[in-house]
Amino acid sequence: MNRFVWIALFILGLLVPLVVYPVFMMKLLCFALFAFAFDLLLGYTGLLSFGHAAFFGSASYVTGHLVKNSGLTPELGVLAGTLFAGVLGYVVGSLAIRRQGIYFAMVTLALAQIVYFVALKAPFTGGEDGLQGIPRGVLFGLIDLNRVYSVGGHPLALNLYYFVFAVFCLGFWIIHRTIHSPFGQVLKAIRENEPRAISLGYKVDRFKLMAFVISAAMAGMAGATKSLVFQLASLTDVSWHTSGEVVLMTLLGGVGTVFGPLVGAFTVVTLQSELSSVGSWITVIIGSIFMVCVLVFRRGMVGELARLLKRPL
Amino acid sequence: MTFALETQQLTIRFGGHVAVDAVSCAFAPGTLTAIVGPNGAGKTTYFNLISGQLKATTGRVFLHGEDISGCSAPQRSRRGIGRAFQLTNLFPNLTVLENIRLAVQSRAGVGLNLWSVWSHHRELIGRAEEVLETVALTAKRDLAAAALPHGDQRKLEVAILMALEPDVFMFDEPTAGMSVDEVPVILDLIRALKARRDKTILLVEHKMDVVRELADRIIVLHNGALVADGEPAEVIASPIVQEAYLGIEVAK
Ligand SMILES: Nc1ncnc2c1ncn2[C@@H]1O[C@H](COP(=O)(O)OP(=O)(O)O)[C@@H](O)[C@H]1O
Ligand SMILES: [Mg+2]
Repeated sequence: MNRFVWIALFILGLLVPLVVYPVFMMKLLCFALFAFAFDLLLGYTGLLSFGHAAFFGSASYVTGHLVKNSGLTPELGVLAGTLFAGVLGYVVGSLAIRRQGIYFAMVTLALAQIVYFVALKAPFTGGEDGLQGIPRGVLFGLIDLNRVYSVGGHPLALNLYYFVFAVFCLGFWIIHRTIHSPFGQVLKAIRENEPRAISLGYKVDRFKLMAFVISAAMAGMAGATKSLVFQLASLTDVSWHTSGEVVLMTLLGGVGTVFGPLVGAFTVVTLQSELSSVGSWITVIIGSIFMVCVLVFRRGMVGELARLLKRPL
Repeated sequence: MTFALETQQLTIRFGGHVAVDAVSCAFAPGTLTAIVGPNGAGKTTYFNLISGQLKATTGRVFLHGEDISGCSAPQRSRRGIGRAFQLTNLFPNLTVLENIRLAVQSRAGVGLNLWSVWSHHRELIGRAEEVLETVALTAKRDLAAAALPHGDQRKLEVAILMALEPDVFMFDEPTAGMSVDEVPVILDLIRALKARRDKTILLVEHKMDVVRELADRIIVLHNGALVADGEPAEVIASPIVQEAYLGIEVAK
């Protein structure tokens, strides 16, 4: 990918809150990071996790709890949530990676349901209500994330937005580096032909586990950041709906593409906010759109576009 | 002398069927041994037991005198047993160059490197390009492996093994299904490899003229058992080969 494209996108990311409602953008960035983390497994390693909300959601609880009750600064809160998700990823990954295909998906789903159960019953998660009123705090003890700027008469939470944007860029960069490292090449080899990767001398279980941990940690980083944006960690974040949503975003956008998860997250988050008035029909509508996309665009939106333009996107 | 590779009473059963039956055989370093026998004789399965793709029911495998029977397939590969597959076994959606790079990378031991960028490893890419050159696939380096015609896929299969640079090379019918003008590329590679005299080569091959020319020694498998072993001329002339193997060769 051309350096100018990256720079242009970065500048776009800096300017976009002046035009687009920042809360929408922050939600999009959190879910896009979540989808990129998920795609590291599905698109680049060939592993379908059906329990990724466990990492997204548990990190949002951990961060929320530490920031709210232990007075951690936001950057340390997000770091703690990320590390927690990574450790949880190690546990879940160790149990799941020996299974193949659908059995792998089932193990991740089952373990995620245990995490959901813990979130429902544990004393510090707020049960059905979740953790509410999580303070956004003061970044590095210097920058107040609650600060609102008035731009052209509109109040914009720019400090918070740029914090979220920085976290997103960091997460995206980590995932991007992983994919393009020698390690990432081996992940692709595993996706393509696991027995042959083994015969070349790669201990594939170790690679899969490391990919799983990185993916879980990045999903956690997304969830941790989300808890600061919405000042809320809730059961929805750890539910299988959220696990399904990230699968949906990634497939819609295009598995194993550079921008697919972002486009998929954009589509789903936009639909959710545009259609929020129609209530529970939203599930049916998104489901139908998903069906159409899967049938018409087998490679996802970005995947199909890349094929038309004959270049990786 | 320590043998490069040795199997002792190597056996595998699939249910009641004994696919490899107590095969004891030792391979001297620097030699090329041809393994012949009719289809279903157990040649590929014998390779699978040596490279660790399959676990032996009983029997042992030694590499340079060391018992590696307990080692996993990746461990055996790292210790220097490499193989090319009879059924082309590539990374279909990766490019030709990437297929080879993966072998080069494994050889160089940089698999777990997460911090560097692939394209900055010039020395590994250079090595992959070198190997590509030897199988005359340079012009197709950026094509997906799946897009190659069969003959080129066979060449790539062999090139991956070459890039791995093991001590023991196992070729399983490397020229099967190749057109006549493509075969020499592969045979030249094997010939050059043999000429170095520092690698041990096991070659499953049906073409008797090839075997006669290349092999230092021939072993014959039949119904999973080792039934003949010796100098090429002697083995080819033996009644058991004439009957068990060449009969089929002639019929083909
Ligand atoms: N995984 C397996 N399960 C059951 N039978 C097998 C398996 N692999 C090989 N066989 C049987 O073992 C015998 C030897 O096969 P193979 O080693 O492929 O023969 P060759 O390579 O000499 O043609 C055949 O009868 C085959 O059906
Ligand atoms: Mg065979």
